[in-house]
Amino acid sequence: MNTNPPTAPDLSMMIGGIPLKCPIMTASGTFGYGREYAPYIDLNQLGAVVVKGISLQPAAGNPPPRMVETRGGLLNAIGLQNPGADVFVRDYLPFFRDYQVAVIVNIWGRSLEDYEAVAERLSGVPGIHGLELNISCPNIKEGGMAFGTNPVMTRQVISRVRAKTRLPLIPKLSPNVAAIAEFAKLAEDCGADALSLINSFPAMAVDIETQRPALANVVGGLTGPAIHPIAVRLVWEAAKAVKIPIIAMGGITDAREAIEFFIVGASAVAVGTANFTDPGTALAIASGLEAYLKRKGLSSIRELIGSLQI
Amino acid sequence: MMMENVTTLTQDKLAGGYRVLTVASSVIAPRVKPGQFVHLRVPQLGESVLRRPFSVFKTEVGTLSILYKNIGLGTQAMTRLRPGDVIHLMGPLGNGFPDPDPAAYPVLVAGGYGLAALYLLAQRAPTQGIVFAGGARSADLLCIQEFEQLGWEIRAATEDGSEGDKGFVTRPLDVWLTHELGIRTPQFFVCGPLGLLHAVAERAMIGNWTAWVSLDRHMGCGVGACLACVQKVRIRPTADAGLTHEPSAPSPGSDAKAWKWARICTEGPVFECRDILWETNEH
Repeated sequence: MNTNPPTAPDLSMMIGGIPLKCPIMTASGTFGYGREYAPYIDLNQLGAVVVKGISLQPAAGNPPPRMVETRGGLLNAIGLQNPGADVFVRDYLPFFRDYQVAVIVNIWGRSLEDYEAVAERLSGVPGIHGLELNISCPNIKEGGMAFGTNPVMTRQVISRVRAKTRLPLIPKLSPNVAAIAEFAKLAEDCGADALSLINSFPAMAVDIETQRPALANVVGGLTGPAIHPIAVRLVWEAAKAVKIPIIAMGGITDAREAIEFFIVGASAVAVGTANFTDPGTALAIASGLEAYLKRKGLSSIRELIGSLQI
Repeated sequence: MMMENVTTLTQDKLAGGYRVLTVASSVIAPRVKPGQFVHLRVPQLGESVLRRPFSVFKTEVGTLSILYKNIGLGTQAMTRLRPGDVIHLMGPLGNGFPDPDPAAYPVLVAGGYGLAALYLLAQRAPTQGIVFAGGARSADLLCIQEFEQLGWEIRAATEDGSEGDKGFVTRPLDVWLTHELGIRTPQFFVCGPLGLLHAVAERAMIGNWTAWVSLDRHMGCGVGACLACVQKVRIRPTADAGLTHEPSAPSPGSDAKAWKWARICTEGPVFECRDILWETNEH
């Protein structure tokens, strides 16, 4: 009797030209620059690491308190503190030389020129596999979400950055729009190679003893399990509107919540807040996804994508 | 920096709502230095996404203890831990206290359960010194007998006067500095509320003494990734060649004001008091 050993389902994936060993990534801002978590998990088992937002110049971020836990999630208003593109390339990026994991750099600016300049600075730098274009951060006064919630500005920033880089370009969309599908289509038309969605929701918490905002920035971005069902709906709507792959994120804590995103049309997922709860979350999701595919008799993750039955 | 599933051994109730939780830990416990902390995932708290950081109180062969007070969602859930319950720990985290200077006289100053974070230092210090312990009431003066057993002298103060001097702990400290210090050079190790840290820092700076203070702040990841628990610290021209999260514009030419963010979870929680920009801590 000839019984072939059951083959493991194929988890490999191509996202906008970036080959991933597995479709599980870490979300920008929750995984530092990779090395912070290297003592705890094997980064080589991740599909990609998306590093914390980088701007051309260093940025100080917001004053503390910058984070507060809420029921089923947390609010953050870090304010995109970062050492700037030059220091990132010199002091942070070389860490990844010892790893075989795709590195996607989240980039942001306060003006169109800032966005262009940081994209140009990072293009051609060995070791960077793609750029995630942050047009959706709710925690900075200029730039960020202001670009991602206005179609005219969304078109401008994506088109102009597109012209400055040949790296895979992945706009990260804001959930704070009435029709996410329009923004997704717009991004695709402007030359995006893939989409990340979603960023956090502007939200607020109050310390009732002091009667002051819990965050020094007053408002922050809500992430964590509380936002997951909203993210699923937004990914579903966007996926129907575009052909480019979608990296889905928003409150993923376990394999089931990741699998929901694939079923509604995501090609990869990113784990964010759950890294704080347990650094092993992304890897646990990868094995949970594999087990699910086996159980369902699917030979590849591709068979799961967009398999929603209505 | 490790992760370990540890098993609850005992949970001892102290007066004043405090508890000592002891767990079996073979991986993290032997690696803990005084002043370091563990990041604990509270079991049975599904709606909570953040771990809780706790200074390590004691370690023995194969065990680790933390001292905590039931003050919120996380610590309330922790009170329900029973022997045998498994908890996920990350640690040991943070820089911890430096070894005491053998030429100086160690002076520990603590407010409330801040005293627990100083126990390992007292236990491992080459020479015994003096402990100043403060709290709102006598129930907040925790574990002072254990410092006595190690041979340390104790001075206490409570805000309600129920034990020791009435008022803040800086009161017996000031008396001691004025009348009893003599020719000794004190070296301070401080843990407690921010106001206490600052008060001791002021005395150390005036006296030209060293004071190591341990900051207690809400944390996110605990490993330096999320940048939530930041503190403004002075940039020292020579010491900062390494990797930092530089702020946007430390104004050149005014070096006294040049600063950077330090992550309390990784560059801290212990800082020399001169490195902290105290005026920026008012929220």
